[in-house]
Amino acid sequence: MSPWAMTWLAILAASAVCFALKLLGHLVPEHWLADPRVARTAALVTVALLAALVGVQTLTTGHHLVLDARVPALLVAAGALALRAPFIVVVVAAAATAAVLRALGM
Amino acid sequence: MGAVTGPRDDDGVRAAVRQALSVSVATGLYAVSFGALAVAAGLDVPQTAALSLLMFSGGSQFAFVGILGAGGAGAAAIATAGLLGARNSLYGVRMAPLLGVSGWRRALAAHVTIDESTAVGTAQPTSAATRAGFWWTGVGIFVLWNAFTLVGALLGDRLGDPGRYGLDAAAPAAFLALVWPRLQGGAAGRTAGRTARRTAVVATLVALVLTPVVPAGLPVLAAAGVAIVVGWTGAGAGPESGERSGAGGAGPA
Repeated sequence: MSPWAMTWLAILAASAVCFALKLLGHLVPEHWLADPRVARTAALVTVALLAALVGVQTLTTGHHLVLDARVPALLVAAGALALRAPFIVVVVAAAATAAVLRALGM
Repeated sequence: MGAVTGPRDDDGVRAAVRQALSVSVATGLYAVSFGALAVAAGLDVPQTAALSLLMFSGGSQFAFVGILGAGGAGAAAIATAGLLGARNSLYGVRMAPLLGVSGWRRALAAHVTIDESTAVGTAQPTSAATRAGFWWTGVGIFVLWNAFTLVGALLGDRLGDPGRYGLDAAAPAAFLALVWPRLQGGAAGRTAGRTARRTAVVATLVALVLTPVVPAGLPVLAAAGVAIVVGWTGAGAGPESGERSGAGGAGPA
């Protein structure tokens, strides 16, 4: 098989895996979720995943822990949130902070 | 928009749609770098477009082309994409009862179940706003992600690093903003907020500590493990913790 066909095969297989994983969660029987412990856990899992993503996307590059312009940007975002700034202001302030710091050579 | 039951619901839905559109634009723009990276890794334009259409999961897509570009085996690329996509299963468990859809709509909901759509959906105070937030974010990102993937694949590296525009800081800032109300406790009560804060801190530390030593995708999944332990054993749950299940009941009975 040509490398081109192999790439297509890998794309289709990996996409099928990713879709199956997404669908799996949606097919969990509803009565399983009626247990308050399961409902509480499902809510906490979402919080934990998103919090971990914030940490990983701010402080890592590949397999390395990295301190760069993203850290002050996230602090600015947290400050804006504490001041009850609207969502779009929080996001734009963080992006602008990182962009300005990088332009300054950080 | 569909049936609306009151002015407050209407406001909630409008706020959810506004958040959805901001997240869609910030995330969609990132696809330019994916398109450019995929072509640089040796994929052609149709292959790059197919990944965004069919896989539609940013982390999985970047890892997939990264491994193929480095000369890695197809099996390794498939396994890593799956590992990074596994957290979408957990999002599905959370979103399915809130959305209350079946048949082809369920398949569509599954396809657009990603970090951003779940984050916007679960950040909303009412069930109408939850649904609006999830769908507008999921479909909005799908459209823009695919459009900007093509732009990136066709332009190649000419647009430069998205970090120059601070886009790599926009993503974690958006997730922080979306998880913020959960950390305050909101409608679920102060004890639930404290439990959520502790879980978030421990989960983040676990993910960071594991990042240098385990394959990509596992650190964030391990963070979910922290939540499962806390949620299941009721660690840190106070007398108000029962209200959490009430919050889960926002979906149709």
